[in-house]
Amino acid sequence: MTYDTLRIIWWLLLGVLFIAFAVMDGFDFGIAALLRVLGRNEHERLVLLETIEPTWEGNQVWFVLAGGASFAAWPMLYAVSFSGMYYAILLVLLAFIMRPVGFNFRGKVVHTRWRDLWDYVLIGSGVVVMLVAGVAFGNLFLGVPFRFDSDLRMTWEGNLWDLFHPFALISGGVSLAMLLAHGATWAAYRADDVIALRASRLARWFAGAFIALYALAGWVLANHVKALTVTSLPTVDGPSNPLFKTAQVSGTWFAGYSAHPWFWAAPALGLLGGIGVILTVRRHGLTGFLASSAMVTGTILSAGFALFPFLLPSSLDPRSSLTVFDASSSRSTLLLMLGAVIVFLPMIIAYTGWVYRIMRGRVTLDHVAHSGEHY
Amino acid sequence: MSIDPDVVTLSRLQFAITALYHFLFVPLTLGLVWMLAIMESVYVMTGREVWKRMVQFWGVLFGINFAMGVATGVTMEFQFGTNWAYYAHYVGDVFGTPLAIEGLMAFFLEGTLIGLFYFGWKRMSPVKHMAATWFLALGTNLSALWILIANGWMQNPVGSAFNAQTMRMEVTSFSEVMFNPVAQAKFVHTVSAGYVMGSMFVLSISAWYLLRGRNVDFAKRSMTVAASFGLAASLSVVVLGDESGYAISENQKMKMAAIEAMWETEPAPASFTLLGIPDVKNHKTDYALRIPWVMGLIGTRSVDTPIPGIANLVEDAKGKISNGILAYDAMLTLRADQSNASARATLAAHDKDMGYALLLKRFIPDPRKATAQDIQRAADSTIPNVPVLFWSFRVMVACGFYFIALFIGSFWLASKRRLDRHRWYLKLALWSLPLPWVASELGWIVAEYGRQPWAIEGVLPTALGVSSVTSSQVWVSLGGFVLFYTALAIVDGVLMVRYAKRGPDGLGIWPKRDDAIPITSATV
Repeated sequence: MTYDTLRIIWWLLLGVLFIAFAVMDGFDFGIAALLRVLGRNEHERLVLLETIEPTWEGNQVWFVLAGGASFAAWPMLYAVSFSGMYYAILLVLLAFIMRPVGFNFRGKVVHTRWRDLWDYVLIGSGVVVMLVAGVAFGNLFLGVPFRFDSDLRMTWEGNLWDLFHPFALISGGVSLAMLLAHGATWAAYRADDVIALRASRLARWFAGAFIALYALAGWVLANHVKALTVTSLPTVDGPSNPLFKTAQVSGTWFAGYSAHPWFWAAPALGLLGGIGVILTVRRHGLTGFLASSAMVTGTILSAGFALFPFLLPSSLDPRSSLTVFDASSSRSTLLLMLGAVIVFLPMIIAYTGWVYRIMRGRVTLDHVAHSGEHY
Repeated sequence: MSIDPDVVTLSRLQFAITALYHFLFVPLTLGLVWMLAIMESVYVMTGREVWKRMVQFWGVLFGINFAMGVATGVTMEFQFGTNWAYYAHYVGDVFGTPLAIEGLMAFFLEGTLIGLFYFGWKRMSPVKHMAATWFLALGTNLSALWILIANGWMQNPVGSAFNAQTMRMEVTSFSEVMFNPVAQAKFVHTVSAGYVMGSMFVLSISAWYLLRGRNVDFAKRSMTVAASFGLAASLSVVVLGDESGYAISENQKMKMAAIEAMWETEPAPASFTLLGIPDVKNHKTDYALRIPWVMGLIGTRSVDTPIPGIANLVEDAKGKISNGILAYDAMLTLRADQSNASARATLAAHDKDMGYALLLKRFIPDPRKATAQDIQRAADSTIPNVPVLFWSFRVMVACGFYFIALFIGSFWLASKRRLDRHRWYLKLALWSLPLPWVASELGWIVAEYGRQPWAIEGVLPTALGVSSVTSSQVWVSLGGFVLFYTALAIVDGVLMVRYAKRGPDGLGIWPKRDDAIPITSATV
């Protein structure tokens, strides 16, 4: 297998991990954010929490794995994005710190103020992650202000506020609407009927908002955002040093879509998923949730396809931009990790499926009133 | 570009604080989870309800601790990117892989099964639930294995080489990274320390119930498990700690010399300095109480191999710095001109020492222009903080021997069924609770503070590993961590004490009166 083929496989795998995180943990964030909208009283909130509590922790590992895999397979991407977007990443980190303790500690004390406090912690952590993830993704298209010196030490010449460009805010809105819809479809599928009805109504609104914002983001991207193009890569299967290539500002991010028309399948999947949510979530919860998962998958794929071959474009120095072909780990590391993924990913899917099967079924108000099950 | 020394200091402080904090929770998880698995196995084998209740009660305390461990663990993964970006670039090819495999093989397993542990009791057969608990234990411990393989590579960077084109270290043999002897020694020592902590946790809290005359039968059974598991663990933590002593003397001679405050090379077999006051300025140890032969035996497993002292190692470092400068120069030449064969040959000959040239970057921007005085300063900078290492090590080892004595005593009392006879013993067991934490934190300091000035021993100085962030950014994040971590520590402490005090009887897991327990009736 050539080095470049491996790089493309690892680009796809990075996408798989982020999509898995967004689909699997996205609804946990959505449920957390909607905890006090969907759950009008303590019992209803207990139902909502119990639809995700047994499995959220495993779901969150998709994120940890995406982080670990980008450290190992795309070390520059990990280093530049995490240190450059310093405050934004720390905000996300804070949300990730508060989630495990939030889920665990909330039920430990029977007191209204205590539970209210942790409710707002969980709501805050849900909203922060959805929003910052979307804003960060938006900034990839705008380019981020970094450059490398000859030692490949990166400097960043921007601040937190630069991340809040209008396009990035629209992108944050897409992410928020999408994952709120996703969370609501999960509640429609798994929570007691009275909550499920409320959730399905909300899911349709959020899916509608998603479709509108997604279309708006696409229009802004086509008309108001300049893209980068790689003008020369030094060698096929070359070493991972971004400074060996040249790149320039030209065209739009839709160039790849013209070159490979099948890319259009991704945004189509995203939009059809959104429409699917609106059409099905009320009558059949599981179908609504699956449509929502398609919406999430299509959306992330459409963004990844548009950026290809870029991973992290630089707005300061196009040459420093990270691409699939010059920012990866060595060939042997990519090969070894591919082996590890082939061995362990099927196992992960198998035991995750087993756990979901054990935990299947609607969580009813009657059940949480009597079960006494908790962390 | 130049690196702001404040950023280095603050980033190191932040890493140390967050790592030490994370390490308050991880060893307890590692130990307690096996005890849950053992207790649940007894339940499944005997069908006695009392054992199930033990699993459920200790499981509540385990859950509080587990949540803190997970919460603070994400910080560690993020921080390599946020604050150690050049480190992440320079060694991600090697160091990132064990972290990613940890996620795939271990963290996924524990993260997925932890939910079943709490919510699966009524949905699964006892055997299946027990299997889930065992796999949970396996997951947590495999997680420690991969993290320590990554850490072992920082201490002893095998299986990798520098690539001048990509300006980073790259893997040459992953099996060497995986079977790194330092990683193996660290893994067994660290998990054993966790098992001691788990045992002490159960022993101490149970002793408190016995002192109060509550949950008597529950507490005695729990103490019996803790005493047996703790005895095995405390023996292995000391014996395997000795093994890692052997491993560090092979690979990190300077750390060993600093731990022993061994300023000059002694004739073999070297003596072990039991106590003394290291004098950093004059390079000597005052009031030293020495035991002949012991150090030589521990460090070299022989009577005739000398262990080098600090002065000799500084001299060695000067030689390596000079060779490193040759490699650095060749690397720069090669970067400008890929076809320069003589530069390629020079780099190949000396790339093992290139990290030593990078030590100079703290003092001068271009290592090639180093004077003899600069080289001396860089070589002196390889000496870690001797008094801190000297004392941390001694207190840690003293704790280790105390644990052996305590668990031998506990085991003997348990086998004689006299655990509740002596109030002084119960008080001793109760008040020993903080000691495993003291020992573990000091162990981290010996291993990681003792590695300074290196992030990767001999390859990358810590000072070069930082991100290009400003000191105000790190001030903000450091302040944020201190604030949130303190708040979380208070909440965690309050919940732990509250649930331990309420106990199995207060939580409805155990009857208020011991004679009302259905010990023999199996209700499955």
